[in-house]
Amino acid sequence: MKKIKIDIPNIIISLVFVLVSIACLYPLLLVIGVSFTDESAISEYGFHVIPKEWSLDSYRYVVSSGKTILRAYGVTIFVTVVGTVISTFVVALYAYAISRRDFKYRKLFTFIALFTMLFSGGTVAGYMVTTGVLHLKNNIWVMILPYVMNAWYVIVMRSFYSMSIPTAIIEAAKIDGANEYATYFRIVMPLSLPGLATIALFATLTYWNDWWLPLLYITEPEKYNLQYLLQSMISNIQNLTENSALMGSTALLADVPKEGARMALCIIATGPILIVYPFFQKYFIQGLTVGSVKE
Amino acid sequence: MKKKGLIKEFSKNSPLFIMCIPGLVFFILFHYLPMFGIIIAFKQYRFDMGIWGSPWNGLKNFEFMFSSPDAWVITRNTILYNLVFILGGIVLNVAMAIGLNELRNKVFSKVCQTIVLMPHFLSYVIVSFLVLAFLHVENGLMNRVVLPALGMDGIDWYSTDKPWPAILIIVNFWKTVGYGSVVYLAGIAGIDTSLYEAAKVDGANRWQQIRYITIPALVPLIVILTILNVGKIFNSDFGLFYQVPLNTGALYPATNVISTYVYNMLMSAGTGSVGMASAAAFYQSVVGFILVITTNLIVRKISPENALF
Repeated sequence: MKKIKIDIPNIIISLVFVLVSIACLYPLLLVIGVSFTDESAISEYGFHVIPKEWSLDSYRYVVSSGKTILRAYGVTIFVTVVGTVISTFVVALYAYAISRRDFKYRKLFTFIALFTMLFSGGTVAGYMVTTGVLHLKNNIWVMILPYVMNAWYVIVMRSFYSMSIPTAIIEAAKIDGANEYATYFRIVMPLSLPGLATIALFATLTYWNDWWLPLLYITEPEKYNLQYLLQSMISNIQNLTENSALMGSTALLADVPKEGARMALCIIATGPILIVYPFFQKYFIQGLTVGSVKE
Repeated sequence: MKKKGLIKEFSKNSPLFIMCIPGLVFFILFHYLPMFGIIIAFKQYRFDMGIWGSPWNGLKNFEFMFSSPDAWVITRNTILYNLVFILGGIVLNVAMAIGLNELRNKVFSKVCQTIVLMPHFLSYVIVSFLVLAFLHVENGLMNRVVLPALGMDGIDWYSTDKPWPAILIIVNFWKTVGYGSVVYLAGIAGIDTSLYEAAKVDGANRWQQIRYITIPALVPLIVILTILNVGKIFNSDFGLFYQVPLNTGALYPATNVISTYVYNMLMSAGTGSVGMASAAAFYQSVVGFILVITTNLIVRKISPENALF
């Protein structure tokens, strides 16, 4: 007769992971809970994961409060879509060229990319070039262009090409008389779609979650993206009038939503990412792993 | 003859060269121009004259910056936080990877990984809301539930700097451990399984297998990632130190790092503040550059394929 063996270490590890998972999710559940709580219940009982009094008022308020939020959503979507397309395309071409062993300037262009990971001009010089030389302040493109090229994307994409595109295919295409562009767009690109998807995923996340570029370069409230709109709202909660950079946002704060509505907006802003992320997790991890194994 | 050879050479390579041009333009505009723009640290910036036209003023900006008490505070904060993040990160990231790998139920393991990776996908603005839900003075969970349950008085979190090192450290690990464990999980997946089988035959239990096979196999990876992280010790995650404390002045002694100091000085209207920002940014860039080069040279000695150059 076989005895059922209880695997005690496994039970302990599993329990630890249940606790870790709760710790990871709890803050998010708390904010979701608050967003579904009636405003008067918030001031009476404080924030709780399970609302004392359920209410959809916060979401109703956010949806009906009109232009400001809709416009910010529009800015975020525009920046994310356009930025991701440009970035993926530019990175893919650059990485392809430097992945080709017969490209004479391969070393030079690889160095140009890698050097940006070693040395950076820093925030002040970047700010002055972007505003003073390129004149991009308060231009919507300033939330797109600085992130287009990124040495790390280039390295990840180059590794994808050298792993998934055999040199023989490129040579065969050449013998058949295809020129470089035809070889790339007809043969290499369709084969490297998983790599392109990974880069596009990284770029999408970067643009959707960005508040740094508007923090530096956007002072006109109608050009705020979602993240920056949220930030300008939270800073009002604590009455941070000391920060001059945020003073420009006072016009916006005339229609400041209440406690629950802020949390609702927070959920609306990050919801799309959280919903789709489990489906793309595979590509994400693949990209991270490839990026860590260079060459 | 030679010239003809050059032209031929170029036309052979030109399509690939042209493919590099869009990327090159972006690198020049947003990475290389700012590198030259760093000379602004030696100038007295005049907005109407720009980077190149502003008058030189030698080392004045650096004198002002380094004679202020901020210089010491931001350097100390930057380095201490990073040391904690690096050392704690080794332990937590490796433990997380080993733990996920040890879970016998693979579906449960995948679900756990999805959950611990989730915070990485939230922006620091969102994270600052999550933290506020705990620390809000009137309604937050800490002041409403946790502290009363412990019989303690509420704390005005956003004007008391004492607890902030602990808060920032917790938030940092909460957000980064899932992400940091990915590389180690890949490392564990690469370990030869016959080693574990041999160990089982010899009667090693699971703890002994971790202790004598998994951890030693990860040591090279740990060493390399740690050295590379030391190279970045002068940089900080701006979002963590700016968004999470809501950029509150009262908390600066505990939360101000070089990156946030540079930003706040750059945006401040005070006289000479832009000069001090540029001096601090120069200090950060140059020391950072020296550290990255040094650490990569060390890594190249140990494991050439992991070095950047």
